[in-house]
Amino acid sequence: MPDAPQPPLPQPTEHTQPFWEGLRQRKVRIQYSPSSDQWVFYPRSHAPATLADDLEWRDIPGTGTLYTYTIARRPTAAEFAGQAPQIIAVVELDEGPRLTSTLVNVDERDIRVGMRLQPVFDDVDEHTTLLRYEPLTE
Amino acid sequence: MGLKGEAAIVGIAEWKPERRPAAPPVFTLEQWARLTREALDDAGLSPADVDGICATNIRESDSFVPSTITEYLGLEVNFAEVVDLGGASCAAMVWRAAAAIELGIANVVVIAAPSWPSPRPPNPPAGPGGWRFGASSPNFGSPQAEFDIPYGNVAQNCGYAQIAMRYGSQYGYDPEALAKIAVDQRVSANHNPAAVFHDTPISIEDVINSPMISDPLHMLEIVMPCFGGAALIVAGKEVAQRVKNRPIWITGFGERVLHKTPTYAADLLETPLLPAAESAFEMSGRTRAEVDLIDVYDCYTITVLMTIEDSGFCPRGEGQRFVREHDLSFAGDFPCNPYGGQLGFGQAGLAGGMSHITDAARQLMRRADGHQVADADVAFVTGNGGLMSEQVALILEGG
Repeated sequence: MPDAPQPPLPQPTEHTQPFWEGLRQRKVRIQYSPSSDQWVFYPRSHAPATLADDLEWRDIPGTGTLYTYTIARRPTAAEFAGQAPQIIAVVELDEGPRLTSTLVNVDERDIRVGMRLQPVFDDVDEHTTLLRYEPLTE
Repeated sequence: MGLKGEAAIVGIAEWKPERRPAAPPVFTLEQWARLTREALDDAGLSPADVDGICATNIRESDSFVPSTITEYLGLEVNFAEVVDLGGASCAAMVWRAAAAIELGIANVVVIAAPSWPSPRPPNPPAGPGGWRFGASSPNFGSPQAEFDIPYGNVAQNCGYAQIAMRYGSQYGYDPEALAKIAVDQRVSANHNPAAVFHDTPISIEDVINSPMISDPLHMLEIVMPCFGGAALIVAGKEVAQRVKNRPIWITGFGERVLHKTPTYAADLLETPLLPAAESAFEMSGRTRAEVDLIDVYDCYTITVLMTIEDSGFCPRGEGQRFVREHDLSFAGDFPCNPYGGQLGFGQAGLAGGMSHITDAARQLMRRADGHQVADADVAFVTGNGGLMSEQVALILEGG
């Protein structure tokens, strides 16, 4: 029997590399556009809506709130069967932008839209760190 | 602003959706030929009348789609369009065809969505290829490939479930009201011999007790993928008034395209349909009260609920009460997808997005045998692509 397919990993580009390098160093680093006073995620070449090319990288705490989620009782693709059931979340960073993540270290009965979250840096291999989330501990 | 209502749907072709096709695979180009022929026959027109086409992607060519089709079918056209809006493509093609006709570019436009299996090459190239992860793009440089797919946020169930969960957190979640949408549409499907679930009634308990696929979505709230195909003929006034069918005029439309992945929506509960529906009603001059039936995109029950709200049939947040208070079946007081919808009829690929239009046209032509809405003259139709992120509204009127 062939091995189960593994989840595909991100392939950083010239515009996104600082984000992934930040995660490797246990930092959440996203873009900011001074001309429009706008935080931006995912990383881009130009700021959305204004198309300004003044995006700069800033470290942020990475804390946020749960905007929405689902619990995938059936894997969304064969590659994720080993992680089932995934809690696939949309996290709203305190700076405003939202990102896709998964919740870890939480009992599914305790999950509430609007709950506070903190980053979990998940080294999935020697090059790649994914940004997962868990309930905020004060 | 907009359409004057001088273009009409005059011919329909639609293959019965099948979950496991018995007939052999057919190349997309041959499907185009067959569907065009059937739709022209339905209208009483000939291939020589056609001077416009509107297509979605075809298997045989990644680019130059319209000319590949016109060459194969032997057509000469003044209007050649490809639309790539997922489940909104067919509704989007309808208004594009009407606009081309009203501009005087074309007189008779064929719109087709071939969704039957195509033959596989005898010696397929090695390695993975083709379309993986549903609508999500795994290509290098694609934001989804980098920021969504690695977390398992792929395909459709996850995103619609996230939308439903957010809806519930804002307005409360009534699983029985959502289930009733599937049940009422199933009643209509049980009266439509072409529906895949024609012979299978369901109850609210059946829906609630069906397996949880992605919280809060149960299996029976999720569309059944099928194979099929559909085509329409859209024609100008002069042609429409001499064909054998009652012309179904396209009197209003709206279209709005926002994001691709729900994560990046400005407000996940503010659907693009809100302004699109407003545009369609305003353009047509019709009111919600004048609508006899709605045929709205139903990949999931939550899609129907939010569509009823954002189309203006009830205030946002009151859809669950509305659904409980109305009979949505073809014989009910608020007919919604009276052919069964994709939830009851089946979703034959992109032709699934055509099924709402073919049903509305048949209802207004008074040809919806077995599930006819009485005295139907005005229909509201929607198409929905991606994850409620690209949406189209149409007003269709018989006359």
